[in-house]
Amino acid sequence: MAKYTLKINSKKFEVDVDPNTPVLWVLRDHINLIGTKYGCGVGSCGACTIHLNGRALRSCQLPVSAVGVQEITTIEGLSENGEHPVQKAWIEQDVAQCGYCQTGQIMTAAALLKSKPNPTDEDIDSYMSGNICRCGTYTRIRTAIKTAAKSTTK
Amino acid sequence: MNNNNSNIDRRNFIRLTGITSTAFILGLSAKANALVTVENLSAAADPFELGAYIMINKNGEITLFNSKPEIGQGTFQSIPALMAEELEVSLDNVIIKQTGGEKKYGFMQFAGGSMSIRSEYHNLRKVGAAAREMLLKAASTQWNVPVTECYASEATIIHRPSGKKLGYGELAEAASKLEVPKSPTLKDPKDFKILGKPSARPDIPLKVNGTAQFGIDAKVPGMVYASIERCPVFYSKLVSFDATAAKKVKGVIAVETCERIHEIYKTTGVAVIAETYWAAVQGRKALIVKWDNDGHETFNSKDFEQSLRDAAKKETGAVAHQQGDFDHAFTTAPIKLEAFYETPVVSHSPIEPMNCLASYTEGNKLEIWTSTQVPGSLVTDFAKEYNIPEANMKVHTLFNGGGFGRRLYPDYVHEAVQLTKKLRKPVKTIWTREDDTQQGPFRPMTYSAMKGALTADGKALAFQHKVIAPTLDMKKDYDKSKSDETMTEGISEQKYEIEHMKNLYVHHYMPAPLAAWRAVTSTTLAFSHECFIDEMAFAAKKDGMTFRLGMLTKESDTKNVLNKLKEVSNWDKPLPAGWGRGVAQYEFFAGQGGYVIEVSKKGLGIKIEKVYAVIDLGTVVNPDMVRAQVEGAATMALTAATKNGITFDKGKTVQSNYHNNPLVRINEMPKVEVHILTNGGPKIKGVGEPGLPPFAPALCNAIFAATGKRIRRLPFDINKIV
Repeated sequence: MAKYTLKINSKKFEVDVDPNTPVLWVLRDHINLIGTKYGCGVGSCGACTIHLNGRALRSCQLPVSAVGVQEITTIEGLSENGEHPVQKAWIEQDVAQCGYCQTGQIMTAAALLKSKPNPTDEDIDSYMSGNICRCGTYTRIRTAIKTAAKSTTK
Repeated sequence: MNNNNSNIDRRNFIRLTGITSTAFILGLSAKANALVTVENLSAAADPFELGAYIMINKNGEITLFNSKPEIGQGTFQSIPALMAEELEVSLDNVIIKQTGGEKKYGFMQFAGGSMSIRSEYHNLRKVGAAAREMLLKAASTQWNVPVTECYASEATIIHRPSGKKLGYGELAEAASKLEVPKSPTLKDPKDFKILGKPSARPDIPLKVNGTAQFGIDAKVPGMVYASIERCPVFYSKLVSFDATAAKKVKGVIAVETCERIHEIYKTTGVAVIAETYWAAVQGRKALIVKWDNDGHETFNSKDFEQSLRDAAKKETGAVAHQQGDFDHAFTTAPIKLEAFYETPVVSHSPIEPMNCLASYTEGNKLEIWTSTQVPGSLVTDFAKEYNIPEANMKVHTLFNGGGFGRRLYPDYVHEAVQLTKKLRKPVKTIWTREDDTQQGPFRPMTYSAMKGALTADGKALAFQHKVIAPTLDMKKDYDKSKSDETMTEGISEQKYEIEHMKNLYVHHYMPAPLAAWRAVTSTTLAFSHECFIDEMAFAAKKDGMTFRLGMLTKESDTKNVLNKLKEVSNWDKPLPAGWGRGVAQYEFFAGQGGYVIEVSKKGLGIKIEKVYAVIDLGTVVNPDMVRAQVEGAATMALTAATKNGITFDKGKTVQSNYHNNPLVRINEMPKVEVHILTNGGPKIKGVGEPGLPPFAPALCNAIFAATGKRIRRLPFDINKIV
């Protein structure tokens, strides 16, 4: 066990955990930020996507000991009231079905728009292909990302 | 009124619900089935008998109860919408509560079989309409005006001539004292404000800001976590285990056995229980477990698939359906075809893995928090299995991170319940993705031996679909003289007018845990059935659409679906060179859907260019959700047709996670154009499943049209059509 001070969503949290614990479980079980989801544990589904210093990253592959002073953003901290353009677009396009993977999808999409404010279909496909949706909401994800892009570049 | 239960103490009800400001509760009596009943707090009624659907507080707060688990299919909107429409309230202004399997809500308290709207459409509209009529009457009485001068709008009763208004909260108490109308007048569909309109889902904002509570998110004080090692070889038995090293892992509290009960498939696992989930997983890795495989390690896909092919040849099979004289017609026909079709075993793989939080406490009480499609049977079946009074059981039905049939089976709930009973602590189990992929239960494969005969001028004369497959109940000692309805699902219900038909079922035992999967056996049988119809069309020198419509002289939904597909896909319009189009439809217990798919050759592979879907419904509650369900079903069907699926070797599952049991990703999914047929009158058909079965055959028929390559085995590699 070891103590860590983590900066998450602009707040500081102290945890005392096994250094190998993936950030995913620290968030979910120790800090009670449940919006970040467990799907595969091997970085292949994207349900656990967070931002580390603004970069999209699979939290199931990130040991807590590797975080250091880097800033973590989770879905809960993406916006104040769920009003990030991507979140608004997700609501507008009724993207979610079961919704379980969607917080991860949104975190990846938000990072995409940060680096490419006007992504093409190909950009979306290549950037989002790490996030699986078993319900099959892909067409709507594509539409919603474009909706969000329009709203931010207006 | 429900007068059966006046002997029940009123305090009992208040204590149970904890609601004292509620003035009006309306629901259905389980005893009287569809009888609408009012619960009036001043006149006692039995809370166990009344399934409350509408609750109005004096402060105007309105709660609608949803008895259908939300698994992504949208019942969190569509079920309350049925009541809200008649009650004249907006879904934006109500609280929606998920029911917890309470017996009073009846046995239909599950999500499965594309049944939710079908089972509730009339009942719940009636509940909403009755409440509206009672509120109207209460207002007109208070104002001393004819009820016909009053109307309901936005949770308010308005007196048309004077403009006087009373909110539902103000009327609730008076309304609750009125007799419940036995046959309330339902709204004319042309006046619908919610039903039939594309409506936003109230669960989506929660699902985009991270606050939606899925089963895996449940938490209670004092909770511990468990990760369970289960027999890697199906049906093997636990001999012994050494937990010394596991117990040395920091945070590990205990190591206990528990039984996984999946119908007749019962195996014992070893659970490592710890203060954190991560510690439980680390402890589990340190376990040393000895299993007795008892010969089950010889099971493998290669040999098993060959045994299915052998059985198809050797065994006649039991008759599933017979008309005319197939044997004679086939023997004497001028044109004959035979083909053999094969499909894979597949996993459900919802992204939320199986999990359950269970808490067993003093006084023989059990509380469960989980993602489940069957809260109703969790209460009844678990009460029986663990000898707990139903009244002592409480189930919290949380959002399901995908169902697809997997969560119809509570094997994962059994494990948690057994562990909390042993530990007397709240225990949360979470399956790893590897557990989910390797342990099943799986959709079994079906193999199909097809025979067809045509007249000299290319008319369908005789048809046979012989299914070779295990049964979902996993029985080894199956009575082979009997057919199995589920394993021959839909093959005898297609509307094609073929004079001579004989469908058969050959049971073939498979030693692996099995389960229904979204659209069940139709997902594999539609492939063989509708591809073979296409083979017959080709032999008859007709295109798939013309051939099918030629077998549909009588009016039917099938004919309507095909005609609609023909229209929306511009079927007769020539395609560019190297392109091909295919059609398929399938009618089965859940409803009916069909596709026209256009593909083009792309190097060694195939590109899906266009997907036209038609779903036949008659009545539509939320067209946007219907489209979403069909888009999703198409995606799931594409995965099942073109991705690895599940195979077995040495008695175990070969695949372990999404890297070797891949699902279709965003870059692989074409757009799906969904058309909803609503001209079927008042009939109600299922939404969640019909979009799945006809996808693979339409795709493979298109590939044949483009390449001349007939695909008779799933899965296939769409990037390498050889």
